[in-house]
Amino acid sequence: MLHIKCPHCGMRSQNEFSYGGDASIKRPELNKEISDQDWDNFVYNRKSLRGKHWELWQHLSGCRQWIKVERDTSTHEIFNTLKANEDISS
Amino acid sequence: MSQGFRLKDVGLINRDKKISFKFNERIYYGYEGDTLASALIANGVHLVGRSFKYHRPRGFFGVGVDEPYAVVQLYRNGETEPNIKATEQELFEGLEAKSVNCWPSVNFDIGAINNFLKIFLPAGFYYKTFMWPKSFWYRVYEPFIRKAAGLGVASIKHDKERYEHKYEYCDLLIAGSGPSGLAAAYTAAKNGAKVILAEDKPRFGGSLLTSEVNIGNQSGKDWAEGIITELKEMPNVIVKNRSQIFGYYDHNMLVMSEKISDHLPKTKKYHPNKKLWYIRAKEVLISSGSIERPIVFGNNDTPGVMLSSAAKEYLKVYGVLVGKNPLVFTNNDSGYETAIEFKKNGVDPVVLDSRKNPESEIIDEAKNLGIKIRFSHVVVAAQGYKKVKSADISSISEDKKRLGKIENIKCDCICVSGFWTPTIHLASQSGNKTKFNEDIDAFVPGISKQNETTLGAANGVFSLEETLKTSFEAGNDLSKKITEKEYKVSVPKVVEKKSSQHDKFWCVPLPKGKNYKRFLDFQNDVAVSDIEIALREGYRSIEHVKRYTTLGMATDQGKTSNLNGLQLVSNIENKVVPAVGHTTFRPPYTPVSIGAIVGREVGKHSKPTRKSPMHFWHEKNNAVFVDAGVWLRPRYYKKGNETLFEASKREAKNVRTNVGVCDVTTLGKIDIKGRDAAEFLNRVYTNAWLKLPIGKARYGVMLREDGIVMDDGTTTRISKNHYHMTTTTAQAANVLSHLEYYLQVVWPELNVNVISTTEQWAGAAIAGPKSRDLLQKLFPKNDVSNKGLPFMGYLDGDLFGIKARIFRISFSGELAYEVNVESDNGIFMWQKIMEIGKEFEIQPYGTEALSTLRIEMGHVAGSELDGRTIPYDNSLEGLLSKKKDFIGKRSLSKNAFVAEDRQKIVGVVPIDKKTNIPEGSHLVKDPNAQLPNIKLGYISASCWSVEFDNPFSLAIIKNGKNMIGQKLFAMSPLKNKIIPVEIVSSHYVDPNGERVRS
Ligand SMILES: [Zn+2]
Repeated sequence: MLHIKCPHCGMRSQNEFSYGGDASIKRPELNKEISDQDWDNFVYNRKSLRGKHWELWQHLSGCRQWIKVERDTSTHEIFNTLKANEDISS
Repeated sequence: MSQGFRLKDVGLINRDKKISFKFNERIYYGYEGDTLASALIANGVHLVGRSFKYHRPRGFFGVGVDEPYAVVQLYRNGETEPNIKATEQELFEGLEAKSVNCWPSVNFDIGAINNFLKIFLPAGFYYKTFMWPKSFWYRVYEPFIRKAAGLGVASIKHDKERYEHKYEYCDLLIAGSGPSGLAAAYTAAKNGAKVILAEDKPRFGGSLLTSEVNIGNQSGKDWAEGIITELKEMPNVIVKNRSQIFGYYDHNMLVMSEKISDHLPKTKKYHPNKKLWYIRAKEVLISSGSIERPIVFGNNDTPGVMLSSAAKEYLKVYGVLVGKNPLVFTNNDSGYETAIEFKKNGVDPVVLDSRKNPESEIIDEAKNLGIKIRFSHVVVAAQGYKKVKSADISSISEDKKRLGKIENIKCDCICVSGFWTPTIHLASQSGNKTKFNEDIDAFVPGISKQNETTLGAANGVFSLEETLKTSFEAGNDLSKKITEKEYKVSVPKVVEKKSSQHDKFWCVPLPKGKNYKRFLDFQNDVAVSDIEIALREGYRSIEHVKRYTTLGMATDQGKTSNLNGLQLVSNIENKVVPAVGHTTFRPPYTPVSIGAIVGREVGKHSKPTRKSPMHFWHEKNNAVFVDAGVWLRPRYYKKGNETLFEASKREAKNVRTNVGVCDVTTLGKIDIKGRDAAEFLNRVYTNAWLKLPIGKARYGVMLREDGIVMDDGTTTRISKNHYHMTTTTAQAANVLSHLEYYLQVVWPELNVNVISTTEQWAGAAIAGPKSRDLLQKLFPKNDVSNKGLPFMGYLDGDLFGIKARIFRISFSGELAYEVNVESDNGIFMWQKIMEIGKEFEIQPYGTEALSTLRIEMGHVAGSELDGRTIPYDNSLEGLLSKKKDFIGKRSLSKNAFVAEDRQKIVGVVPIDKKTNIPEGSHLVKDPNAQLPNIKLGYISASCWSVEFDNPFSLAIIKNGKNMIGQKLFAMSPLKNKIIPVEIVSSHYVDPNGERVRS
């Protein structure tokens, strides 16, 4: 069971969280033309990465905040966690 | 029968307490502190089972968790449990056990015929033999295997025992209470660290219980006892025996199974049977010791052949002789320790040492005691069927390839020592890439991946002095990082015998003309010849060899067989062991009860149960409940002998003619507040929300980004920046997470907050033509006329002094209202509704009637919004705004979603107006068409229409908009029904929606 540092609550066990997918995906802006291909990429197409990966988790049974977690998908090592409004690249 | 193999005054058992037990229907006696194994051996019983494949007789091989043979079926307090190791099961009064894997009995076993047919059962026998002929599987192979194989029978009764889970955090978790575990625990505890020390056996001390060593001025055993006593008294230390740490998982979480009651005849009141500990440790210290490895020779599976360390432990801990005429076969000094113990207790052993001329203190001691030793000698084969009777022995050349003249000597047991294998399972599970240590011919932990440190014999260190020194240091160093304190202890003087080099020898060659089975894996009957076959047939990877031969795949997980298997593969392949590599160690280290894993989450505790504030009223009024997610909802209120069908029909009819009331507390409710709340709703829902007036409700549908309908419900504007959203019961949690996701991640600039208020409000739906009359009497101070509270209107009501929210919304299609009050007032509201409703002939209705009402109205619910349908499919396309963007809108223009013949919801009526159409039935043109018969659509929901008094169903069908009037067939192979049906509009009752507005 992973041990995840919620930026709001501190170290908590994985069973308090739910997984929310790739954190690097940006939703296309509303009311903007978008090609079928770009929309499909947003909705469906995900890389199944091996290695370091930024992902979203929600601290469901805690503060209910969505957070960003940098995790190695093969070793489960967690390098960093950020609040939802913090930028991955920083 | 007397305990003929029990020594006087030796061992740690309690001789004041005699215990009677039954094995294979016979009564025996042992003592408190015995295991089932030690007590049986004390009684001279060595035949305890049959082997898995050849059904060869099986005895005892080890003394604890490493035991591959002595697996029994246990009976305790009216319950039975399979797969119990007799070497681990402590004796209690009234214990009953039976052999497994034998039929009809352990002494006469029909499966033993396999032993004579073994030429037909070589490696891969499961793969090859049972493949052909196919027809044999059901008639011959399967019944035979079922009867003859297996490691016991699982009980089919409900397990009455209770199992608990516990979560614990600590600074230092120590696995194993041998010398290294004790030393490390001691310094860490003195440093103030929070320490958990776990020991899988009942007694603490590990190897110190059986080895002749001194620490300081006391024996190893007394030193261990002193340390344990001191640790137990420290408030920062948890010391647990009978507790097996069986898994090392991610982020330093380890799981431990504590046996609390297995050693007692009956679990004490309020006690669990087992407790599963989830332990998150800052540092983990693995002091799991080592397991002696066998030397492979002919018939080495005969009962009476066992590990020399096991023989020593039976003697020193249990005061039991495994034989009175023992032969010790060793390639290192450990065998001598066993021989010396025999000799000291008046039994004359013979030692065969494969080495030519070893010299050491302990060999000298053995010589001085007059023990017969034969160097450069090996056991070629054990003789005897159900018990060792003699051994064929021989001298062996220095290169270990040639045997001398074979000689037979009498013996009643053969104690084998092939040196020691560190128990590296936990380290390996943690992700540690283990490395091969040439000095000890075994794998040891390499570089740590998680915060784990392996010490002592588990790390390949067999000197007590070095073990203590490194362990005292490690306990101090690891705890210092956490507590920032220091506790230096001077290592007490250790007296131990120095060992000489062991012999790198593990397998005795076959003598000319002999074809003895030489077993590697004793539990799965894998012999040297099986591995040779596998390699000959082209299997190379050790993982493939393992699966083909089943080497190391039994419940003992190859604790005694892994290394010898690797040695063999590397010998044949002319590789070195590290190049072959070992198979992956996976948790659990030892079998764990399913009960312990499940814990208390069984039966009604498997999930929480939510009840509405009116639950007890429903109970009192004969409600029959149904699970709705985690909620319990009244399905119907039973009157007399009514069936579900009769009751729901009566309740639904009463709604259509008079008035009914339904508990709708379970609907998800979300409070939405903030300056941008309207804008947010406008993005979340498919229809327009910016202009909803205060005091008005609106029906809305929300989609996922892929265009699929996620949920529907009404949202009401309570005040300028305050909305009350309702969701379906099932989707409540998902919708809240969905909203939070968009607010926190996608549009953080929106000033909106959401919170669940599902439990804050109790809800009652009042529906039927008389509902307004009832409402007016409930709320005399409010104007609830069609003008004062029009369809989709909202009012703050006053229910006899209690604050209430009144919504004019309808799920039943009738004139209807929903009244919400704070949960604590729910029962007051309900009772008032029933009391005042009496004159309007009110009846409560459950989910079954609710379903009927919505189905015949063509209102969609969970069975249509099933995660596969878009708004069009549900005839909700009128709610799709063309003017604005919303979540999922872009996906709706996908080709499949705009196809001319896209599926759509329709109504279905059986032609005979009598036959109920099973939900899930397929709609087809021709019931006799060739298979696969093309499915046009499926029945999503069925009811008995109370309006028309005939069956009515909803279906989602291809090209739905053009199907009205068509005659088709509903087929349900499950219910074996073919029903001619007609497709009609999904709005069966009141298609223009006049009633809700009346
Ligand atoms: Zn949190």
